[in-house]
Amino acid sequence: MAAAVKSKRERSAVSRSRKSAEPHLAKDDLLQLYYYMRLTREFEDTIVTLYRQGKIVGGAFSGNGNEATAIGSAYCLNKEDYIFPMHRDLGAHFVKGQTVRNLMLQHLGRENSPARGRDGTGHYADPLLRIYGNISHLAAMIPVAAGVALACMLRKEHSVVMTYIGDGGSNVGDFHESLAMCSVMKLPLVLIVENNQFAYSTPIAKQFIVERLSDRAAGYGIPGFTIDGTDVEEVYTVCKQAVDRARKGEGPTLIESVTMRMHGHSVNDNAEYVPQKLLDGWKKKDPIVKFEKQLIEKGILSRSIQEELGKKISDELDEATQFAVKSSYPAPQEATVGVFAE
Amino acid sequence: MERDSSVFLLGEDIGEYGGAFKVTKGFLKHFGNDRVIDTVLAESAILGAATGAALAGMKPVAEMQFADFVTNGFNQLINNSASIHYRWNLPVPMVVRLPSGAGIHGGPFHSRNPEAWFFHQPGLKLVAPATPYDAKGLIKAAVRDPNPVLYFEHKRLYRHVKGEVPDDDYVIEIGKGDIKRPGSDCSLITYGATLHPSIEAAALIEQQDGVEVEVIDLRSLAPLDKDLILSSVRKTGKVLIVHEDSVTGGIGGEIAALVAEFAFDHLDAPVKRIGAIDTPTPFAPTLEEYFLPNREKILAALKELAAY
Repeated sequence: MAAAVKSKRERSAVSRSRKSAEPHLAKDDLLQLYYYMRLTREFEDTIVTLYRQGKIVGGAFSGNGNEATAIGSAYCLNKEDYIFPMHRDLGAHFVKGQTVRNLMLQHLGRENSPARGRDGTGHYADPLLRIYGNISHLAAMIPVAAGVALACMLRKEHSVVMTYIGDGGSNVGDFHESLAMCSVMKLPLVLIVENNQFAYSTPIAKQFIVERLSDRAAGYGIPGFTIDGTDVEEVYTVCKQAVDRARKGEGPTLIESVTMRMHGHSVNDNAEYVPQKLLDGWKKKDPIVKFEKQLIEKGILSRSIQEELGKKISDELDEATQFAVKSSYPAPQEATVGVFAE
Repeated sequence: MERDSSVFLLGEDIGEYGGAFKVTKGFLKHFGNDRVIDTVLAESAILGAATGAALAGMKPVAEMQFADFVTNGFNQLINNSASIHYRWNLPVPMVVRLPSGAGIHGGPFHSRNPEAWFFHQPGLKLVAPATPYDAKGLIKAAVRDPNPVLYFEHKRLYRHVKGEVPDDDYVIEIGKGDIKRPGSDCSLITYGATLHPSIEAAALIEQQDGVEVEVIDLRSLAPLDKDLILSSVRKTGKVLIVHEDSVTGGIGGEIAALVAEFAFDHLDAPVKRIGAIDTPTPFAPTLEEYFLPNREKILAALKELAAY
């Protein structure tokens, strides 16, 4: 239930709208969300395997625990909308139309990857799909997303821009500068803070003392919501309202999605600093397991559909992996090409 | 802006107020508030938003109220604007206007010449006009360029330099310097505000000693007009580099290295550099005058070179 909001006014606004015009997800949508969540997790598991086999250079990140947030939010967007996902939002790329193959190529840094080997993981842009990846200074993308939102407003387009930041990243000046700018200009931006309890090794108690990160919305006079980031339907419902609001020209919304980073910061981090009890507690709220259970209870998901999806996903991953592993790295002298646009 | 509706301005106090230096005075009335946007006081957001708008197909011209304040948005320029084309193969057609420079008693935070920080970063173009004619040609070139261009406009030149500016639509190619005064005895390589005392010093040494100094106005700092620099040095055999930015780590160092690497055989004297001393910009007039390069310092250096 998305009730944790800053003011009573906002809270009642949410509960009212949930009763009356709650965004509706049809059976096919729910199955699609389920597919994306499983695909994401299995893709990331494949990446870890490839990493351990030495087939991946650089690092590898896991969004385990964040699937519902990334996918439920991105699912609110239209083709014309823009998304700026982070490194734990792999699923958002799929939802926005990116292929398994392209993302695999990205992770392997091949010449035919979207970033042509210039950068890895989700650090690429696909202007046709309107996906703009992050840089490692994560919060630095929020002003850029705001600029795209500004362009949309100036051109009187009705596109919305969605972007993400973490609990740690929400302390960076760019987070605050962007909210200041977007609120005053009423820019169509939806900013989702993924509160996954840790910024690398630093627990949230050392990152902020507000009760909820959505409380920070009040400082900018915009709506703020805190949601259960492990519940894909709740994520969708609240994000959809924020997207609709932005599309109507009513300005930005800040959403704190509370979840858990179930793995280390990267594949190189064994996360010994995370108390086992905390992990055990969150394990019970695994977004995929939870959603699966709900879908089975509703009679939407059957064992045969589950198996069918499992087969489809493993085929897609196998095909993409084989293709990517066989693909070449860029030729060394390619390093000199493309600093400037001609 | 008349020519291309995707060009718009954003910055602090640029609309109603017309900008701290009145550069955009009357723009709001003429172009409307969709083209001239007063922003919140947040340089990183301004530069990031310009980057985003450029990615989305607009041509933003962002103003830093004083070039000094660009430090607040440094990360956006370095890690986003400058590197996006290389990483994503997408153009970022944006301009950042940076009123820069000392000599107006602005003290340490309103006097900076920050070009060298950005000179080191691949993916940025840097221009620094010194005359009204070049200012017009370069701003048009900057706006039409598909890359991020930092446009350094020296504040003291706003009111101290006058010159003819034709009405027609002309551009000055970015990356091309200009010989502002031809000569055969010594190459004086400069840009921005120090062009003017350089030309004066060149005239004085010709009067006094008959030495003919070639004054090269780089106009563009990145890319540098290496051909023009080297062809002049090969002709004269002597080099004085002058900029208002402090000497250590300044662009003059790169020019000196270029000359040493590619024109060493032609040199008849050591390469000399003149710039501000290596301190923050001091406030009191006596200190600031000591800090800055000027005609006399340039003339003295030219005389030293002429003696070789």
